[in-house]
Amino acid sequence: MSRTRFTRRLPVAVTAAGLALAVAACGGESSTSSAGANPAAADELKPNADLSKQTLQVTVWDGYIPKELPQMVKEKLKVQDLKIALHETNEIAMTKLTAPGDSGIDVAFVSGQYAQALNEMGLLEPIHPELIPNLANLYPEATQLSYDKGNKYSVPYTWGTTGICYRTDLVKAKPTSWNDILKPAPWAEKKVTMMTTERWLALPALKALGYSVNTDKDDEIAKAKDLLMAQKPHLLTYDDTTFGDKLVAGESVMAEAWDGWCPTTDPKGNIGFVVPKEGSDLWVDTMVIMKSSKNKEAAHALINYILDPEVHSWAAANINYKVPNKAAMERVKIPKGSLLGVKPADLLDGEAIIDLGQASTKFSRLSEEVTAG
Amino acid sequence: MSRSRGRRLGAFVFLSPGLTYLLVLMLVPLVLVLGTSFFQRGRFGGVVYEFTTENFGRLVDPLYLGVLGDSVRIAVLTTLLALLIGYPTAYLIARLPRKWKTVALVAIVLPFWTNFIIRIYAWIMLLNGPGLVNSGLKLLGLGPYELLYNDGAIVVGLLYSYLPLMVLPLYAAIERLDPQLREASANLGASAFTTFRKVTLPLTVPGVLTGSLFVFVPSFGNFVIPEMLGGSKSIMVGNLIRNQFLKARDWPFGSTLALALIAVLVVLLVAQAWAARRG
Repeated sequence: MSRTRFTRRLPVAVTAAGLALAVAACGGESSTSSAGANPAAADELKPNADLSKQTLQVTVWDGYIPKELPQMVKEKLKVQDLKIALHETNEIAMTKLTAPGDSGIDVAFVSGQYAQALNEMGLLEPIHPELIPNLANLYPEATQLSYDKGNKYSVPYTWGTTGICYRTDLVKAKPTSWNDILKPAPWAEKKVTMMTTERWLALPALKALGYSVNTDKDDEIAKAKDLLMAQKPHLLTYDDTTFGDKLVAGESVMAEAWDGWCPTTDPKGNIGFVVPKEGSDLWVDTMVIMKSSKNKEAAHALINYILDPEVHSWAAANINYKVPNKAAMERVKIPKGSLLGVKPADLLDGEAIIDLGQASTKFSRLSEEVTAG
Repeated sequence: MSRSRGRRLGAFVFLSPGLTYLLVLMLVPLVLVLGTSFFQRGRFGGVVYEFTTENFGRLVDPLYLGVLGDSVRIAVLTTLLALLIGYPTAYLIARLPRKWKTVALVAIVLPFWTNFIIRIYAWIMLLNGPGLVNSGLKLLGLGPYELLYNDGAIVVGLLYSYLPLMVLPLYAAIERLDPQLREASANLGASAFTTFRKVTLPLTVPGVLTGSLFVFVPSFGNFVIPEMLGGSKSIMVGNLIRNQFLKARDWPFGSTLALALIAVLVVLLVAQAWAARRG
């Protein structure tokens, strides 16, 4: 008798403990309330703080910074340690950075619109320009990015745009318009891929219709949806990550692609990239310092070190991304076929994607409707 | 008296690591998921702790019901095909000589030794436009066919991945069957088919149910295969849940969807347990 009672009571106790935990977790956070923008005020930082007492934790995409960076930083900046954590996507980084309590992260690499969101949540330390003299290396254009004019809370690391990546030998006509991919010609039937990451799924349709990528108007999003639904039967697949492989294999002939992901330097030399005439976006991956960081002097020193032309040019030379650093780009040898030679002024024709806050659910809904439909 | 108490203590000592593990690592997250489903999405993601039942209302949105329906359709089709292929396979293995039984069983489990993603990639290589299957058909003057990036490819991938989970419980059920029952049936004049229908099949129903559940459950919630072989052109409930957490930053709704999935599976498990006891 007592045995059965014992086993019945235990789950109840654990459930109660779980509920207590859930309630505790709830009580712990109130900062993410939907009140809106409330950026944090700047801390007092000491320019000559002893960095050897500071340890840095960075979160970044895999392969996005030199493998030797921790070693280099420890030697040059004399910080105690530099630890690297990886995130696969912006959304995963956001999950880490916005979770209740101290994330333990000092410096994060996220795209511009996510930096904007983090800042509006009051999670970022304003950039102290006096601690980052290498900001002078940036192109003037890189200090006027629409999500953060004047680099108040973010420092750009790489930038680029979205366009059509295509097989020069398999297309009957060179693509020039988003319509070439939205309404594929018979020779491209079922040989076209699109990205599903929500804002980029809508981008070609919004641009083809002459709307802003940052629209939150329901009728404009509805028209974009109609266009995307009409396109769906003519697609090979939606693909956010392996569209380059599909092009190289000849499975597809055109793909919506980020410039850095389009394999234009493939040795066969049969892959081209074009920004359609209707325009596109400008995406920027940035570095931000978390308000919760206890190592803010070292964090600034790290960003300053990365903006060093020799360090920063690594990204352009090794991962084929344009860097917004004039002095760094001047050092890079541009390989044949590479898109690295595109001028910043041309890049800035693109419209920077900004965070839409609550309206971003409209794009989630669009993405679900198009892929499930 | 003291002996029984000692035995009880022993049971407690041996059970407690497993019980603690299960209770803490299953029940607590489940309670957290349940709690999250009653709150709201923050402007930039995260969870706003204001009570709402709106997420449960969204479950009956035709869009999500459609996704749920598609998932059930694909998972049921996969399960039926697995049963159709798995039953004869298990039956034949059970009748092999002992030595060959082991070989056959190892062969069934062998694919599990290779990474799941790599095996799915292999299917892409087989089925895509310039792939092996279409090249072979071309030699015969056929095709090319669209074999990849559609619902058919999803079913092929799921079937390939989870067929062993159907064969193994069926094998166990058929193997356990007393051969004398079949002999008796034959002696009494039943044809082979009648023996199968009236003796073998009813006695292996628990194996059929277990195998079907083992195939249905992971097929129903799968999101990798629809993405890789289906080309994300149709989404299943697993993709929907994954997207709420990793793309849409809507944890509360993702939690609600996860709960709905768990509820469906619990109903199925209870039904299976009930049917197995009756059988």
